[in-house]
Amino acid sequence: MANTRQIKDRGMNVFFFCIATASITILFMISVFLFMEGLPIFKVVSVKDFIFGSYWYPTSDPPDFGIFPLIIGSVVVTILSASVSIPLGVMSAVYLAEIARVKIREIVKPIVELLAALPSVVIGFFGMVIVAPFLQNVLDIPTGLNIFNASLMLAFMSVPTICSISEDAIYSVPTNLKEASLALGATHLETIVRVVLPASISGISTAIILGMSRAIGETMVVLMVAGGAAMVPASIFDPARPMPASIAAEMAEAPFRGDHYYALFATGIVLFVFIFIFNIIAEHIAHKYRQVGEASL
Amino acid sequence: MERPLKMASNHLHFYYGDFEALHDISLEFSENQVTALIGPSGCGKSTYLRCMNRMNDLIAYSRVEGEILLDGEDIYAPSVDVVTLRSRVGMVFQKPNPFPKSIFENIAYGLKVNGVKDKSKIASRVEKSLIRAALWGEVKDRLHDSALGLSGGQQQRLCIARALAVEPEVLLMDEPCSALDPIATQKIEELIHQLKITYTIIIVTHNMQQAARVSDITAFFYIGKLIEVNDTDTLFTRPQLKQTEDYITGRFG
Repeated sequence: MANTRQIKDRGMNVFFFCIATASITILFMISVFLFMEGLPIFKVVSVKDFIFGSYWYPTSDPPDFGIFPLIIGSVVVTILSASVSIPLGVMSAVYLAEIARVKIREIVKPIVELLAALPSVVIGFFGMVIVAPFLQNVLDIPTGLNIFNASLMLAFMSVPTICSISEDAIYSVPTNLKEASLALGATHLETIVRVVLPASISGISTAIILGMSRAIGETMVVLMVAGGAAMVPASIFDPARPMPASIAAEMAEAPFRGDHYYALFATGIVLFVFIFIFNIIAEHIAHKYRQVGEASL
Repeated sequence: MERPLKMASNHLHFYYGDFEALHDISLEFSENQVTALIGPSGCGKSTYLRCMNRMNDLIAYSRVEGEILLDGEDIYAPSVDVVTLRSRVGMVFQKPNPFPKSIFENIAYGLKVNGVKDKSKIASRVEKSLIRAALWGEVKDRLHDSALGLSGGQQQRLCIARALAVEPEVLLMDEPCSALDPIATQKIEELIHQLKITYTIIIVTHNMQQAARVSDITAFFYIGKLIEVNDTDTLFTRPQLKQTEDYITGRFG
């Protein structure tokens, strides 16, 4: 009897091991494939020219494979969207966790989480048909499909993520820390700024990173709204072509295993490295500022 | 010897929603005296203590009736600034709750939020507070290390030092030793003896020996009512009521 149970137990271990291995292996294989299909471009163009070259004319003769404008497009859009989404997300989280009445929090929090489920194509569509014409008319610029618009749409895409996860972090700051601060004659605001936020900074940075990762890798919105011009933008009202948009837009027209095809995969590598570095920084921040929590005896 | 009155509550009632947690408590606290509040768990003694610096304001759906006077003024009057009140009536909590900051910053915090900007003044007050909390010798070489690296007893003395730094007039202590070992407890009790020279102290304790050791006056609470209050010596040797006697002799609670 015990023997059957042991066999069953071992079988279960093997089963879960296989499932876990399969998922990780497949993801790993995709990464390997990414590098296999991307690296050959560097026979045609040097790494330096690829990354810092200012011209992206993959279909000209001879073609130019410089993705610098695409990198700048991605970076600018990400930074701009973060500068909108971080303050909005974190401050909304502070409101929900610290200021709002319990009832309001109970109603609003799930709604915010539901908003995170808005499909990006819907947000992109909104940016395209509502925001773009509006910007074009109000600011009198040649096109409303530009960095500003894309950043705004990406920001509103990441606000729910940032808000919801930050709120969890802020809400879980132990009451006794807040009480300690208030009992010393600190105001509510001082308590939030000097005790609650520092104590939850680890969770908030995780929230920010998750939100921004979503923004930097997001394809649909930038494809629809960023304008698609592969040039180094001069202002935030210029169109841009972030890396994911470029890959998505050109993949279908790039000849299989041609230089253009390799160049697009190489762009994918750069994007991968970007997000990778991003996650490492995030992990580092989250770890560095992680607080040991409340007093332990 | 009659000492001047520092704080008093008159016919204080406290409600959590519909539940009346405190029934008609009238009690007086004189300057430079230690008053111990004793009673079984859930008797309202901590709730009462937390009314004294309006910490209960944070609890939703709670309500106070009656008045608490500090130097003759009702602390629940609409004109009272609760932030000023809390800097006059300091509090030490049951569980040591240092901020996850350095030892120095923990103590400087109260000064900074109360508008002290002068760095040398802050430094000297930090030192003074740590000396008064009998912690200076143990931490003076590591003021900028995290406070969370201290032992439980040290953390609690740090919390006392932190409360002293803002120079309150009254010090509320909510079972300050319940999470500590006997040696740390003894240190805190010695500290209380020192501190009553300067402060009016109100301490909630579960430990009757502690109440007997540290306090001048003892008040016995039971299910939200003040049952008996007297000189500590009298209350423990000749309690007036049967209920008090049963509790202090350990027959219930």
